[in-house]
Amino acid sequence: MRRIPVNIIKIIAICLVAGLAVTGCASRKGLPNNAGDLGLGANGAVPGTSQDFTVNVGDRIFFDTDSSAIRQDAQQTLARQAQWLNQYPQYAITIEGHADERGTREYNIALGARRAAATRDFLVSRGVNQGRIKTISYGKERPVATCDDISCWSQNRRAVTVLGGQGS
Amino acid sequence: MRLLMLRFIAFVTMAAAAVAFGGQPARALVEIDINQGNVEPLPIAITDFISSDGIGADISGVIAADLKRSGLFAPVDKGAFIEKVSNPDVAPRFEDWRVINAQAVVIGRVVEEAGGRLRAEFRLWDTFAGEQMAGEQFFTNRDNWRRVAHIIADSIYERLTGEKGYFDTRVVFVDETGPKEKRVKRLAIMDQDGANVRYLTRGDDIVLTPRFSPTRQEVTYMDFAGPEPHVYLLQLETGQRELVGDFPGMTFSPRFSPDGQRVVMSLEQGGNANIYTMDLRTRQTTRLTSSDAIDTSPSYSPDGSRIVFESDRGGRQQLYVMGANGGEPQRISFGNGSYSTPVWSPRGDLIAFTKQSGGQFSIGVMKPDGSGERILTTGFHNEGPTWAPNGRVLMFFRQAAGAGGPRLFSIDLTGRNEQQIPTPDFASDPAWSPRLE
Repeated sequence: MRRIPVNIIKIIAICLVAGLAVTGCASRKGLPNNAGDLGLGANGAVPGTSQDFTVNVGDRIFFDTDSSAIRQDAQQTLARQAQWLNQYPQYAITIEGHADERGTREYNIALGARRAAATRDFLVSRGVNQGRIKTISYGKERPVATCDDISCWSQNRRAVTVLGGQGS
Repeated sequence: MRLLMLRFIAFVTMAAAAVAFGGQPARALVEIDINQGNVEPLPIAITDFISSDGIGADISGVIAADLKRSGLFAPVDKGAFIEKVSNPDVAPRFEDWRVINAQAVVIGRVVEEAGGRLRAEFRLWDTFAGEQMAGEQFFTNRDNWRRVAHIIADSIYERLTGEKGYFDTRVVFVDETGPKEKRVKRLAIMDQDGANVRYLTRGDDIVLTPRFSPTRQEVTYMDFAGPEPHVYLLQLETGQRELVGDFPGMTFSPRFSPDGQRVVMSLEQGGNANIYTMDLRTRQTTRLTSSDAIDTSPSYSPDGSRIVFESDRGGRQQLYVMGANGGEPQRISFGNGSYSTPVWSPRGDLIAFTKQSGGQFSIGVMKPDGSGERILTTGFHNEGPTWAPNGRVLMFFRQAAGAGGPRLFSIDLTGRNEQQIPTPDFASDPAWSPRLE
């Protein structure tokens, strides 16, 4: 539902890359030598794309158990996110709050919402317009890591900033 | 066992007197002592009901399975039976049943009447007193044969224990398929023994925490349909889905009031969750808690006067009780660990909960004032108890470490009789129906 616009943006980004490659060939009568020739970053992500955001900025932060406090490492990630979002104001975002499986279902739904709200508040404090931001909690329903120990649980206690859609 | 036998005879004598003089119902045979849990299962012979096809044996099989699962009865192996019952209208040869230590014997018959309707009848006999203790007749469609079996099992359970049965009931739950990171969740409904599974949603959206209406063919649950998850009502007969209220934020954790006229739930705003009710007739909403904490998992007392819920207002999840119209909540849980998902017993005497302590998840019960805490089962992950309508048995879901997904289990208040409920896939969030009408 929410992710569909993101996919569309990814597809558009890929088309743009392809277009650049073709025009590059035509106008310079030669093959592009590196990603820089295509307007890409060193890792292949076009600046201002969702790929750029995910790879170069970092789309997620992690939390301690039962906590919605923004950790030191997360503050750095969110500061980069805010800077990027302020640079590319065309994106609306949805912040997804998640919890690990070591809690009860309804509490985790609320905890995910609390994490998403804390993440939103931090971005707003760094100048991101609140009207661009929606939040949603998935509680413990959508883990990314699925083992039964702390190595996975710590990856699942997260807030993910998802680009897409128009600002509200 | 000797004691039980004596009680049994005394009971039957009283029962006969009660019938003769139209007096009060007799004292129960099997004392269900929830604190001791030393009830010796009562040996009972359940004969194949006489029928022209296999349906008589099928019905007997369901009755025997219900009674056995309760932990209060020990159905006698059919291979040990001496008398082959051929006429259910006459008393059995009691001596033949006493010899194999069957203290009660159930005999019945299923007849297909004109028009395809089934007539099912049974008699429950006390083999030591040589008396009939119960006898009933039911008419139904053939498709309903399992329900008839559950109703007969309830009748036997009630006659021999003095408690209402819980076999003619259903469970709504969440069916889980697919990998953990992309789990498909569907609402499903089944009989309490796991039979007759029917799916209520298709799995397009995440669905969670269904609860039965106490008065209508209706379920309330949380659904991730639409841009924001909300509480919905689902009509079981039509499949029609309806949003509950128009709240400015995510709603979750819905439960019905005991009269079925209200839904109590949590509303999330700005990272806090507070408890609200909505009157289903007037659509009027009322805010019950005002905290900057997570207040959720509300559950009404059976008289509707109070609500128990969980809150982390004190730092971690604990149980609180407040009036049904709100007011200052009183904390009732004070043990080590955190407490969540409180559920008030239909009898009013206990509150069941999930407890997290020492990295383990337990199911337990306490009195509504917080005293008398007892843990019934502990392990890697046990969560979300729901009461059988007689308040004697709980169902919950359990995920073992490395198991891949959750399964449903029942446990009685002694904590000694734990049973897995068979489901086609992984299953979670069970909610027991009221007794069916």
